Amino acid sequence: MISLSAPFTEEKIRALRVRDAVEITGVLYTGRDAVHKYLHEGGTLPPEVNLREGIIYHCGPVVMKDLEGQWKVTAAGPTTSIREEPYQWQIIRDFGIRGVIGKGGMEGKTLKACHDYGCVYLHAVGGAAQVLAECIKKVRNVHLLEKFGAPEAIWELEVERFPVVVTMDSHGVSLHDEILLNSQRALAARL
Amino acid sequence: MSQSKRSMKSIVESHPPRAQLTPASLLSTVSHIERSTMRALPDSLLELIRRTSAEIPEDVHQAILRSLEQEKKGTIAESALKLIERNIELAKQKSQPICQDTGSILFYVDCPVGFDQIQFAETARETVTLATRKGFLRQNSVDSLTGKNDGTNVGPGAPAFHFHQHRSSEVEVRLVLKGGGCENVGAQYSLPNEALHANRDLNGCRKVILDAIIQAQGKGCGPGILGICIGGDRATGYELSKTQFLRRLEDRNPHPDLDRLEQDIVNTANELGIGPMGFGGKTTLLGAKICVANRLPASFFVSISYMCWAYRRQGLRLSDDGSIAHWLY
Repeated sequence: MISLSAPFTEEKIRALRVRDAVEITGVLYTGRDAVHKYLHEGGTLPPEVNLREGIIYHCGPVVMKDLEGQWKVTAAGPTTSIREEPYQWQIIRDFGIRGVIGKGGMEGKTLKACHDYGCVYLHAVGGAAQVLAECIKKVRNVHLLEKFGAPEAIWELEVERFPVVVTMDSHGVSLHDEILLNSQRALAARL
Repeated sequence: MSQSKRSMKSIVESHPPRAQLTPASLLSTVSHIERSTMRALPDSLLELIRRTSAEIPEDVHQAILRSLEQEKKGTIAESALKLIERNIELAKQKSQPICQDTGSILFYVDCPVGFDQIQFAETARETVTLATRKGFLRQNSVDSLTGKNDGTNVGPGAPAFHFHQHRSSEVEVRLVLKGGGCENVGAQYSLPNEALHANRDLNGCRKVILDAIIQAQGKGCGPGILGICIGGDRATGYELSKTQFLRRLEDRNPHPDLDRLEQDIVNTANELGIGPMGFGGKTTLLGAKICVANRLPASFFVSISYMCWAYRRQGLRLSDDGSIAHWLY
């Protein structure tokens, strides 16, 4: 198990390889369909949001307000990342993010951007909303909540030992490509 | 036994024969209208939603535990399944959603003639909004035109209701919460499919089903379960494919050809090396359930719905006052 703690420097990211199990401690920014489309179309981030050397998490959490009015994340697993494939490369390039957490993997444009700009795709276990929510220690802030609604807003989350697996590294290797190819071969032998 | 046989029959065949309307059944019709104000119904439905969202049904849980034993120790597939198992326990213990995507809300209601469906749907919609406020459901329903999410989970087509009348006096309510990740990897094939060399026969069906598994890898939160309908039109095909998720994982298809195909699909899928979450490994599918519907001579659809491991399905039989008589799974 590799511990990855903020700051998420290029050096730390370049050291990661496909199949590495990683635990992240630091801040994650949620961002999914609406945020990616918005940024791709030239939308601007609120000035207090700085994604540089940050990690974006494809997630639409369940968030409740407790009796003191504090946000509390009660369920927070990853959403399917491939929907952001048209936009992700550009957001890696323009906003300088170092990590993308999601599920299901992404394709060529994102893999190339990970290679070119020093970023990595980190696969969380889909559906594991409770285990992952337990790693979220604090909601620091929320942005674009009115505009996009709770699942699509940018939630700023402090996490400790958040478990992921590297499935696309910054050296052009994708576990998803490997498994797809092998499974297609295995199927061809069984038709 | 008679219970499982009965529900199996209605789910697999889905079109039970009509019976004559006798004076006795007319009388029972009147009594069902009178009892349509089931006072305990809101509480029962709230508990149904809570339990469906937070607790994996026992048949699915057992299948996940078996797959955990089979995966090779020390692999990322094994650690993914361990995390899944921990998540199942934690969700139940905290009474919180297993998965944050609490999905499309699908009600399947078996009810007697004369049961007030309008009243039921109204109560269910109110309960869904309450369950959302309580955090059993995510604010998960978006206006497709404006993109607005009003946070109620109620709107055109949401939640969805499938009422099915029967001659029995019992009311049974089943609920499926189906997340978007697995819904998005559902697929409908029209045979023949030249690219896949799939003709209009069972072998052609097998080829497109296995193709759907290849396409879904990683995205649909495996290990998954397939619900499949051979035949029907584009709408009924998908609809019937989802009714297969009401079957228990360990049941067997009464039709021998379909039973063989179900077993073959699961065994073959688990030889493809896709594994939990597409990380590689032995468990790609936990089950496959197949039904058939008649088709037009011109059409041959195979409709495949994928359910993720976070298989949220529960059901209850109601007492006369709307309270929970017993759980169905």
